[in-house]
Amino acid sequence: MFATAVIVFREVLEAAIIIGIIAAATRSVAGRSRWLIAGLAAGLAGSALVAASTDAIASMASGIGQELFNAIVLGIAVLMLAWHNIWMSSHGAALAKSAKSVGNAIRDGQQECSILLVVVGLAVLREGSETVLFLYGISTSDGSGASSMLLGGLAGIVGGVTAGYAIYAGLLRIPMRWFFAATGVLVLLLAAGMAAQAARFLIQADILPSLAAPLWDTSVALPERSIAGMLLHSLVGYDPRPAGMQLIFYVFTLAAIGLGMKWVSQSHRTNHHKGTA
Amino acid sequence: MNTIQSVLLSCRKVAVLVMGTAAIICSSTVMAAEAAHVLIIQDHRFQPAELVVPSGKKIKLSVENRDSTPEEFESHDLNREKVIAGKSTATIFVGPLAPGRYSFYGEFNEKTAQGVIVAQ
Repeated sequence: MFATAVIVFREVLEAAIIIGIIAAATRSVAGRSRWLIAGLAAGLAGSALVAASTDAIASMASGIGQELFNAIVLGIAVLMLAWHNIWMSSHGAALAKSAKSVGNAIRDGQQECSILLVVVGLAVLREGSETVLFLYGISTSDGSGASSMLLGGLAGIVGGVTAGYAIYAGLLRIPMRWFFAATGVLVLLLAAGMAAQAARFLIQADILPSLAAPLWDTSVALPERSIAGMLLHSLVGYDPRPAGMQLIFYVFTLAAIGLGMKWVSQSHRTNHHKGTA
Repeated sequence: MNTIQSVLLSCRKVAVLVMGTAAIICSSTVMAAEAAHVLIIQDHRFQPAELVVPSGKKIKLSVENRDSTPEEFESHDLNREKVIAGKSTATIFVGPLAPGRYSFYGEFNEKTAQGVIVAQ
């Protein structure tokens, strides 16, 4: 039962952290709860579908369908998070000035919400389909103790959701002055971590070369299965034995989104000055 | 340097990077070793539990799940994870490996599904 709880906890934690960060980052968007719940529901429905068609997905593309599927899902999420961050930085100046103008700045945020719905949905889809398969495997195995296993699964889900909520609540305590900068950095790291994971799937499928694998090995100092390792993996994409290609993806994503944010906020500022001059 | 110049410059950088990546992809797929090493999952156990492979070259693992339940092949040593549906076979590429022992396990049945790859 305990082993089951740990496995499910790990899967749920990853999705819960992403949802917690996004929920915090959109705190001031009207009607975002509806969007978040819709994303969650769509993700759950999707993960049941994916779990049911594991066989079909796996046999696509001569046996590397699963890796391609995961890489594409991660890739879309990275693009959405990038768009969110760049969009936010164009409103950054107004947002940082006062919390009051936030409402005005994000009144046109409906589109923004639909983007985040997709990220939430994809996060749940990826982690959820594995959990569904795992629990299905347990419940159909003829071994005794299936009920205690499922109870463990439930405990894992509750634990993961609690951790995600704790992150959300913690982020909300950050003073408004730094809040958008803080969530911006978190979303940036989230996106880079996802890009590195996508690279790992493409290496596993032999589509990309690994370029030095592993680049380093910190599995003894900080194993991925430790609590700290799990948290860091979900938050910043920590990998104890990364391949060189993963690092390239990570750094490239960081740089691309970071530069995009900088350009947008600069051009926004100059336009703003011209308008008031 | 104005914005347009810097945009152009970074566009060129991206183009070079994309072309370089494409070249690497093409060369790596040509190099892919095609001799598959077979692992079988039966009754939530791996057969063989110890698989010997050559070190220093890319390895193609073919994992056949004969159980009706799904299994997740997972290895921290190899940095690999893949779900394998019941009654199906999956392909996983690993390596090139330095000589040594690399353990793997089936995450859905960790108690029994344990194995190790030995690179020589």
